[in-house]
Amino acid sequence: MSAIVPWESDPIRPAEPRPLRISVDGAPVEGLRGQSIAGVLLARGETAWRTTVAGRRRGVFCGIGVCFECVATVNGESDVRLCLRRVQDGDVVETRDDTAQDDTVEDRS
Amino acid sequence: MRHVLVIGAGPAGLAAALAASDAGASVTLLDAGDGLGGQYWRHLPPQRPSRRESRLHHGWAAFERLQGRIGRADAIEVLTEAQVWAIETADAVTAQVLLGPTDAAGREARALTADAIVLAPGAHDRTLPFPGWHLPGVFSAGAAQALAKGERIAVGRRAVVAGAGPFLLPVAQSLTAAGATVLGVFEAARPRALARGWLPKPWKLLGTAHKGRELAGYLAHHLAHRVPYRPGRAVVEARGDGRVEEVVIARLDADWAPVPGTERTLAADAVCVSHGFTPRLELPIAAGCEIGPDRFVRVDPDQRTSVEGVYAAGEITGIGGVDAALVEGRIAGHRAAGGDRSAMGSAPRRARAAAELTRRIEAAHGIRPGWTSWLRDDTVVCRCEEVPYGRLRAVAAATEQRSLRSVKLTTRAGLGICQARMCGRTVESLIGADPSSGADTSDRRPLAAPVRLGDLAGLPTAPDGA
Repeated sequence: MSAIVPWESDPIRPAEPRPLRISVDGAPVEGLRGQSIAGVLLARGETAWRTTVAGRRRGVFCGIGVCFECVATVNGESDVRLCLRRVQDGDVVETRDDTAQDDTVEDRS
Repeated sequence: MRHVLVIGAGPAGLAAALAASDAGASVTLLDAGDGLGGQYWRHLPPQRPSRRESRLHHGWAAFERLQGRIGRADAIEVLTEAQVWAIETADAVTAQVLLGPTDAAGREARALTADAIVLAPGAHDRTLPFPGWHLPGVFSAGAAQALAKGERIAVGRRAVVAGAGPFLLPVAQSLTAAGATVLGVFEAARPRALARGWLPKPWKLLGTAHKGRELAGYLAHHLAHRVPYRPGRAVVEARGDGRVEEVVIARLDADWAPVPGTERTLAADAVCVSHGFTPRLELPIAAGCEIGPDRFVRVDPDQRTSVEGVYAAGEITGIGGVDAALVEGRIAGHRAAGGDRSAMGSAPRRARAAAELTRRIEAAHGIRPGWTSWLRDDTVVCRCEEVPYGRLRAVAAATEQRSLRSVKLTTRAGLGICQARMCGRTVESLIGADPSSGADTSDRRPLAAPVRLGDLAGLPTAPDGA
């Protein structure tokens, strides 16, 4: 489980964070100003939000915008790297499920 | 007045921008991120400021000095959230840039032209595949570091750090400082390789003596937090139902092949793995710079590439760490601005000391071929297209192909959304491709960064070759 350092006890003494709210797949989610969208999800203990063609769950892998594993649709724009995108109050995030529904697709497991 | 573009605002780019400005040029400094410092000095953003950021960093005072001087320099324009996606070197040097939030549609397109350009895009870590590395809970070590420093997130509660190289030590430290328990740092290199790489001719490392102090700091931290450092060991498997629940650690021989019978299992919810770094070569290749047989950008002692007006500094010229990056950046910026060689002081000597560090890291921690014996037929090699090792091998054998291009087209390995940034070099080595032949390498990408087709179509004039 991923987790965020509680700001009150963080030795680097951050200022009190300012909350914001976004929606993820229609559900309201609380985050903090200055987080990436991936950071909002990881702070809640979520390490996977995309499903691959073979039905595998994925989230952040490289954390710096190189692997593209963490992409989701943000405010209607597809394939946004959540680890790089700074969250804005009111962002609408839709995660992706690419699982092959068609049984003519070969089994990739 | 000469105009110099600097791409990348990590240590090399910051040093280059300042040196170019000091030498009398006007400078535009660009970074794809929304702050300065790059991966090395990644920190909480201004929306979430902290008072004691220095506790998480080495050389934080140096960063604050650079940032402060750049902020006060009238001749330096800083553009953040500036994604360079192409470079043209036909007459003057031109960078094609999109300005705006990451991957957003409709970002402002600009073409920036200058007399010279300094490329300092850095590197990302390379993770060799192992069974189960596709599971959630497995991260590159760089991800654990970036999230700890840039978000104050620990990627797990019980974390394992593994792979090869000195970078594993600060990653373990960042994880414990973010509240995780680090069960161990498992370094693939055996003690003898570490000694062979690090111990001989210690005077050659004199120019980098404070690196020894940095190392001592990590070791003290790990002792205090009871983090074991285990050389000659690797994570050979991650297991779990839908996410990582345990990892298998094995001893390695000198070639990095696991020694049968030495496996042991640790319960963990995060595995942070890096086996070295891959330079970000998209922009130098786009600019036409010659790449050396070591697959770094070839530069002369003035940090000049093979292309007139194009300089390179930092990790794209060799993995040398922050000291090399700073001094290379200074030389590159100074010379790109037309500065005199005699005004560079001790920089060339320090650059040689830093190059020594690069050689030692490779000698002690360089990837050895035996690692492939921890792969299984169902181990995912290309994460995007989910190509398993067995299929890759079978198709390469059936088509009698060692060419990367052919195997990519027949297996789809390396054709996914990351454009082989993650698996390219691994696929090359698994099929026995020969990347030194130039064209047949995973380093070539038509665009340096993803651009939406609508944005491409909307550009005022199409650049050459696009």
